Amino acid sequence: MPTLALSKAITAGLRKAMEDDDKVVLIGEDIGKLGGVFRVTEGLQKDFGQRRVIDAPLAESGIVGTSIGMAIRGYRPVIEIQFDAFIYPAYDQIVTQLAKLHNRTRGHESLPVVIRVPYGGGIGSPEHHSESPEAVFAHHAGLRIISPSTPHDAYWMIQEAIDSPDPVMFFEPKRRYWLRGEVDTDNRGPGPHTAQVVTEGTDVTLVAYGPLMPTAADVVAAAADEGTSVELIDLRSLNPIDFDTIEASVKKTGRLVVTHEAPVFLGLGAEIAARITERSFYHLEAPVLRVGGFHTPYPGSKLEHHYLPDLDRILDGVDRVLAY
Amino acid sequence: MTSNIAQASDSRTSSEPRMIQMLTPDGERISSGEYDAFAAELDDEDLRGFYKDMVLVRRVDAEGNALQRQGQLGLWAPLLGQEAAQIGMGRALRPQDFVFPTYREHGVAWCRGVAPETLLGLFRGQNHGGWDPQEHNFHTYTIVIGSQTLHATGYAMGVGLDGEVGTGDPARDTATVACFGDGATSQGDVSEALTFAGAFNAPVLFFCQNNQWAISEPTSVQTRVPLFMRGQGFGVPGVRVDGNDIIAMYAVARASLDSVRAGHGPMLIEAFTYRMGAHTTADDPTKYRDAATTEAWAAKDPITRLRAHLESLGTPEEFFVEVDAEADALAARIRENCISMAEPDPAEIFAYAYREPHSLVEEERAEYLDYLASFEDSTEGAR
Ligand SMILES: Cc1ncc(C[n+]2csc(CCOP(=O)(O)OP(=O)(O)O)c2C)c(N)n1
Ligand SMILES: [Mg+2]
Repeated sequence: MPTLALSKAITAGLRKAMEDDDKVVLIGEDIGKLGGVFRVTEGLQKDFGQRRVIDAPLAESGIVGTSIGMAIRGYRPVIEIQFDAFIYPAYDQIVTQLAKLHNRTRGHESLPVVIRVPYGGGIGSPEHHSESPEAVFAHHAGLRIISPSTPHDAYWMIQEAIDSPDPVMFFEPKRRYWLRGEVDTDNRGPGPHTAQVVTEGTDVTLVAYGPLMPTAADVVAAAADEGTSVELIDLRSLNPIDFDTIEASVKKTGRLVVTHEAPVFLGLGAEIAARITERSFYHLEAPVLRVGGFHTPYPGSKLEHHYLPDLDRILDGVDRVLAY
Repeated sequence: MTSNIAQASDSRTSSEPRMIQMLTPDGERISSGEYDAFAAELDDEDLRGFYKDMVLVRRVDAEGNALQRQGQLGLWAPLLGQEAAQIGMGRALRPQDFVFPTYREHGVAWCRGVAPETLLGLFRGQNHGGWDPQEHNFHTYTIVIGSQTLHATGYAMGVGLDGEVGTGDPARDTATVACFGDGATSQGDVSEALTFAGAFNAPVLFFCQNNQWAISEPTSVQTRVPLFMRGQGFGVPGVRVDGNDIIAMYAVARASLDSVRAGHGPMLIEAFTYRMGAHTTADDPTKYRDAATTEAWAAKDPITRLRAHLESLGTPEEFFVEVDAEADALAARIRENCISMAEPDPAEIFAYAYREPHSLVEEERAEYLDYLASFEDSTEGAR
């Protein structure tokens, strides 16, 4: 089993998908010679050529719009958006066209387009390079949204995204690109839309995903030192959300904390809190608590450690949910 | 045959377009037709001023790189090689003109009186833009590629509505400058800006610095026609100028700004230059371009060129020595002021999300500051 950095696991997954299906093409800014600003496509243009690894003009709406056209023609475009907040020029193409064409054509056209989005903060960047816009897209029917947190998942989930006949947004936890882990290239995971219980526990359920998973694992360890048993769930799929797995856990622990970097207000945590309350009201010992970003623009990098949920803030959430 | 028709109209097959140049790479002063008149007003004093500006902003740039390497800045976007394009434009402006920059306009910022250390706030992560745009008639840096060209166009439309164009009063007529790069020309926003500018006859000058690269992508990825031609279909005439020649840059900027202020409509300048450094300090250009091209462009350096010209005019050696000393002092000042910037207050995060009080922001602010205070009682302290 190879040990890979998360970014290189995505590279390996892309390479496998391109070998398996010559209709898979990559398109994005600086993804050719440079291999992308995070080097996720490194070496792929050299091996698959400029026709399949396309350096696009600097125009996100154009990239998504032309990918839609290529998909209609039978290709499987995999788009790289350079940084999270640079997806917005493409917002119109994504939500009015990509998300809705299957419905509009009453099933005659499927749009197997993948949009890879490096997201989240913690890398000391200027404005627009650290955002978490997943909920913005989860709000629109027609898009599947997944986010791996381990190299193994990254390797398999990117291939599952490319295989999907629906458009998939693949959110990559950019500050974890260098996180290394074993990748079992023979055995895939539980499928892209299943949440995974990473650590079993009995007192509190903690739901996280993507970049916060390593932080959440630290929370589990720190809570254990204080005598609290936390069950940690990696959401993996942000749309659809695997509420069954969360519900089963909450019915055991009676307490739930959800954490994400994205703003708390109308974030995924809000939806999870509402659904889980509906499903397991009589099992809950406390309201569902959320720990996440503020209802403010993402701050300058000197202040981002305040904005991002860290060990202490999530632990504080765990303490508060236990205090009820 | 249709293929012949396509070929005949393929502008790539046409000869090299005209490029306005007044100072050769060797520093020889040459004539450039209708633009000569706009350079005629420049005396030796002005040229020495240009030289000083360019040397100082190059030093600011070098200091930005150094501070980033030493961990004092999160990032720096070097302007190396583009000094003439930016100072030429900056010095052709009148006080009432308004500039909408990208993130690389340190030379224009210099001309608009924004202190270099103020620029550093953004790159250090203190804030997202630390100056008052209205004080300097120089907007905050824009990182989202192309967005600011629409803002510039809208501002110019406002100038038009105010009637501050074509009055003939040099203290009133106002031009707006939209700065953008070669890569930016692909963005829909830039095409829309050209559309609006043309349709509303907005007094806006599109200032494209074609530094040949958009990170790793050469200009050929963005366009099939030379970029100065980009505006034609929108009714925005364009001109290509040697962006490493400050005299030509100044003259073309002066001419274009005059025309825009007079109400003759929007114009586009393509400053043909080269990004000598990395895209930003996070970039590694060896991955995608060869050193030979960069070296060839080094021979067209804007500062060397003007210095040769000044020397030929008999400028004494002391002048150059003094400018270097001033640059050293400036660098030391910037460094000192950068390193001594206070850590921003966490309350800042919540301070400017809205102008009027906002209940949710207030609530989150109070909660978070209480949370932070809870650490102050304990010995650990918040991390
Ligand atoms: C909408 C958007 N997409 C992508 C980026 C990332 N990005 C930053 S600078 C840049 C290249 C810009 O090239 P150009 O317009 O030529 O300006 P230059 O950097 O050369 O001055 C890119 C792709 C961005 N800032 N905004
Ligand atoms: Mg450029």
